[in-house]
Amino acid sequence: MSKTLAEKIWADHVVRSAEGEPDLVYIDLHLIHEVTSAQAFDGLRLAGRQVRRPDLTIATEDHNTPTLNINLPIADPVSKLQVDTLRQNAAEFGIRIHSLGDAEQGIVHVVGPQLGITQPGMTIVCGDSHTSTHGAFGALAFGIGTSEVEHVLATQTLPLVRPKTMAINVDGVLPEGVTAKDVILAIIAKIGTGGGQGYVIEYRGSTIRALSMEGRMTICNMSIEAGARAGLIAPDETTFEYVKSKPHAPQGADWDAAVEYWKTLQSDADAKFDVEISFKAEELAPFVTWGTNPGQGLPLNASVPNPAEIADVEERGAAERALTYMGLEAGVPLKSIKVDTIFLGSCTNGRIEDLRAAAAVLKGKKKADSVRMLVVPGSARVRLQAEQEGLDKVFIDFGAEWRNAGCSMCLGMNPDQLAVGERSASTSNRNFEGRQGKGGRTHLVSPLVAAATAIRGTLSSPADL
Amino acid sequence: MEKFITHTGTAVPLRRSNVDTDQIIPAVYLKRVTKSGFEDGLFAAWRNDPEFVLNQPQYQGATVLVAGVDFGTGSSREHAVWALQNYGFKAVISSRFADIFRGNSLKGGLLTVILPQENVEKIWDLIEADPTTSITVDLEAKNVRLGSEVFPFELDDYTRWRLMEGLDDIGLTLKNIDAVSAYESARPAYKPKTLPARS
Repeated sequence: MSKTLAEKIWADHVVRSAEGEPDLVYIDLHLIHEVTSAQAFDGLRLAGRQVRRPDLTIATEDHNTPTLNINLPIADPVSKLQVDTLRQNAAEFGIRIHSLGDAEQGIVHVVGPQLGITQPGMTIVCGDSHTSTHGAFGALAFGIGTSEVEHVLATQTLPLVRPKTMAINVDGVLPEGVTAKDVILAIIAKIGTGGGQGYVIEYRGSTIRALSMEGRMTICNMSIEAGARAGLIAPDETTFEYVKSKPHAPQGADWDAAVEYWKTLQSDADAKFDVEISFKAEELAPFVTWGTNPGQGLPLNASVPNPAEIADVEERGAAERALTYMGLEAGVPLKSIKVDTIFLGSCTNGRIEDLRAAAAVLKGKKKADSVRMLVVPGSARVRLQAEQEGLDKVFIDFGAEWRNAGCSMCLGMNPDQLAVGERSASTSNRNFEGRQGKGGRTHLVSPLVAAATAIRGTLSSPADL
Repeated sequence: MEKFITHTGTAVPLRRSNVDTDQIIPAVYLKRVTKSGFEDGLFAAWRNDPEFVLNQPQYQGATVLVAGVDFGTGSSREHAVWALQNYGFKAVISSRFADIFRGNSLKGGLLTVILPQENVEKIWDLIEADPTTSITVDLEAKNVRLGSEVFPFELDDYTRWRLMEGLDDIGLTLKNIDAVSAYESARPAYKPKTLPARS
């Protein structure tokens, strides 16, 4: 019977299947960080259990870590305890860890791909919803809770109910200045934050095929913002080329065997998806969110919507609340909105290509006096690469702050936060109330829009310069 | 895990949609390394508002949360489930839950009940009319009862059995650990390992 890509990967990982029970699914890679693992290790200790496969497990520090003065002890004692707890657990259970200061430290979803331990056809989990990022390689990758982290540590499996499949087709050539971030923001605006609920989304079509691995990761990363369990893209030559040069790529005969398998990882031509949705690349534009969930977005040339014109009662109420929180008036052009802070980074847009794209816009320009800009590489490796290319100098000359790697201002947990009422243009993934700091106001944008906004001080695209 | 068979208490109406897990518990509260004490972070940004429904005296002691559509979206943090449980909630009712939140809740014994939106609104109306209304969430009978109303709900038999028995998933999986070993022995050699480290 013909299968979708997600169904093929699923079938290859079923350890045990029984009528009336969830499938027991094998997990090829388990990524760990400090925030969602401590209670899981505690659970293991209480039950006298071991980590079944330390060699399929890797830990890094990202959510709760500072991006300044990383040579000093973490100032907040509660944060320090959490990071120290991860280090102790890694040592006790024999798990590889990349700690603050290590060249491989960084956001867990940037570290996996750059080490080459993210490969096509794998099942990958992490106690973090943006694990969907790894789907860009044609892996089935999804976020889990702490109970499931403990389950994977103990058994290297998870009992799971097979999700439904959704195809999102994007065809055509993207207009100048329109990036992977704009594509995914437009998709979420169309299908809503619950539109993908219960599905694995496969992104297909010529627009997706033409994207770099970084762009594909940006798209898959935000699948969760549409409510999807995972997002994935069939692997192709772009994928193989990216993996080949990485430290943990298969070698010699293993490489040949791997590629032979990876080439089978495509949805069959007659495979049936539960839902299919199509987008035309030519109709897409730079996108920005105006509200407090990632589905509340519009093209940058649009104006703040008028809730009174929204027919759905539930959506109207949500829009009214969002405008109040965001301090915005209906009808105001989005491009007239002044921002205070630009955040370039995160697992969505903190990779080398994102930094290059922003630097190309900023080079030789000066930052608007009214804004501050944080540039936070997704990993220490990305930071080193950027410095080799001289990008750090471009950012510093522009007037931005060049930080160390981590989740930083994406989530309001570490010292990098918005103040009450402060407004950001952020390349991250969530514009929830308080997400970047209590009372902070977030507009989600692409690295190109972030850069242009830093120059003008108002939401802008490079075309406005 | 504590068994869940049936629960009777009072309910609190949360008339908001898209309540993401950052609202349920903001990231600044996620630094603890225990599973307890998260009740002070529950809906932290909204708790400062005396008008917020959890602050209203008539809803004190409620154990069932009745929320709008798309409850628990966003971050995978299980702390959201712990915060609701630490506060005293035994069940949450909504017309749609985010996948990861729902998975977490059912692992941890917080019963998430999916009812059609019209039933959710009916419950909101009834408990707002009389906040002392007793509500029963009956997993054995698979229904929610209050006043003369009975709203049936669905839950797969396996999860229902596991919750009613109070069984933890790891123990169940370990009964089949031989199947895991057999699977591992057939895994292809090209699959990556994190150890020994290469860089």
